[in-house]
Amino acid sequence: MSHYLLSVYETENQVEGAPSTPDDMQAFLRRVIALEEEMDKAGAFVFGGALHGLDAATVVRGGTGLDKVTTDGPFAEGKEHIGGFYIIDAEDLDEALEWAKKVVEAINHAIEVRPFRATGRLQDGH
Amino acid sequence: MDDVERAFREAHGQAVATLTRLFGDISLAEDAVQDAFVTAVQRWPRDGVPDNPPGWIVTTARNRAVDVVRRGRRGRELAEQVALDRRQDSSSEDAELMRDDQLRLIFTCCHPAIRTEHQVALTLRLIAGLTPAEVASAFLVSEETMAKRLVRAKYKIKSARIPYRVPDEAELPGRLRAVLSVLYLIYNAGADDIRNRRGLCAEAIRLARVLVKLMPDEPEAPGLLALMLLNEARMPARGGGDDVVLLKYQDRSLWNRSLIAEGHQLVLACLRSRRPGPFQLQAAIQGIHCAAPHYGDTDWPTIVRFYDRLLAVMPTPVIALNRAVALAEIRGPATGLTMLDEIAGELPEYHLLHASRGSMLERLGRREEAADAYATAAELARTQPEIQFLRRRSEALEREV
Repeated sequence: MSHYLLSVYETENQVEGAPSTPDDMQAFLRRVIALEEEMDKAGAFVFGGALHGLDAATVVRGGTGLDKVTTDGPFAEGKEHIGGFYIIDAEDLDEALEWAKKVVEAINHAIEVRPFRATGRLQDGH
Repeated sequence: MDDVERAFREAHGQAVATLTRLFGDISLAEDAVQDAFVTAVQRWPRDGVPDNPPGWIVTTARNRAVDVVRRGRRGRELAEQVALDRRQDSSSEDAELMRDDQLRLIFTCCHPAIRTEHQVALTLRLIAGLTPAEVASAFLVSEETMAKRLVRAKYKIKSARIPYRVPDEAELPGRLRAVLSVLYLIYNAGADDIRNRRGLCAEAIRLARVLVKLMPDEPEAPGLLALMLLNEARMPARGGGDDVVLLKYQDRSLWNRSLIAEGHQLVLACLRSRRPGPFQLQAAIQGIHCAAPHYGDTDWPTIVRFYDRLLAVMPTPVIALNRAVALAEIRGPATGLTMLDEIAGELPEYHLLHASRGSMLERLGRREEAADAYATAAELARTQPEIQFLRRRSEALEREV
């Protein structure tokens, strides 16, 4: 099994296609809850979450032995940024894409699927 | 191309496919098959081409890959397992398993998660067995650029874990369409540049024949093969890559009758399965063109009916454009022009839209507008013969105004 990151991109703190009315919101939540249950039952759900907006981001710069400088704001100034994500466990890309399609269906927004190169704590000997 | 090269190229896809199954690594399979080729170049001219070239290459490449893997740190176990599992000669490998290997590799190379130009490059390199230099020249890019592109595409397959399998029934139509589109792209790259890339047409036809054999129950595969053969049949009348000769003015005695006969037979056979798809319908339309002894004999009403069916399964503005041009042959250029203007907004950058408008306007005697339309088309056209042809039309009309 491999881990994949499914990230939802926001545009200027807005998720295109996000629910706008209370009824839409209720339906949206029902879809997401049902999907997460399905992922969990299938053993695919590893972790997931929604992030605060870019106004809440802080960047720390520096390097080994250098003074660390913290600055207010996101790392990359751009219109698009990650608003939330899932980490899933899947046999291969096709399986990951199946989940990705279900996520897109539930949240009504495009997502990016990326495989993890490594997961967990780095061990000696790697 | 000599005998060794030809035999090798024909066995390449099969060998890489089977090695990929055994070792789970496309790059390793590709390198081992390349090494087997070097051995073949040395031995075959001396000892003769073996009875079963794919079997010989698979065996030689497998031994080579086992050596390579053994040298790796964790490879010993895998190498021994492969050596144990496959002690018997490869010629006795299950024919069905080997057939599935080829399909698996084709579907992996044409996976929708890989960008189209990489799908095409992988297909030419791994399935068709072109050298990286040949693939580079097919794309008109440097060998270095192509090498990087192939490395990136293989990296994506490995890192994203694109599965090595034939899609299940639910996915198959969409995935097969992607494979067929890649083959058609390869064919058209050759047909659009007869001078430099003519060989790509033959490669695309060869691969389509392989696919027809591998998937005998999928009518779109013979549909695509028929479409290519019917295009190929008319190639000798198309001006040899120096000029554009419109269908209307082609010398039909130059058309290749045996290719047309084969194309017609394939069209009839696949349409009989009653699962028409875009490639079968396009082949049917080309089949009707090829059946007319003279341009004036063309059965336009049937062609328009096929375009209607094509539009129903593939509602694209390009198909609508072709339908409008065919319909104009029955109802006249004024109707054609109205229909073209309706779709013009969707194809502002497509040179054939402007060329078709030019043709309708010319037939309506609106020379000035026709000259402008041809000039726009010439600016948007990509191949040199098309650009020259369209410019000439535009200039000739301007002189008459």
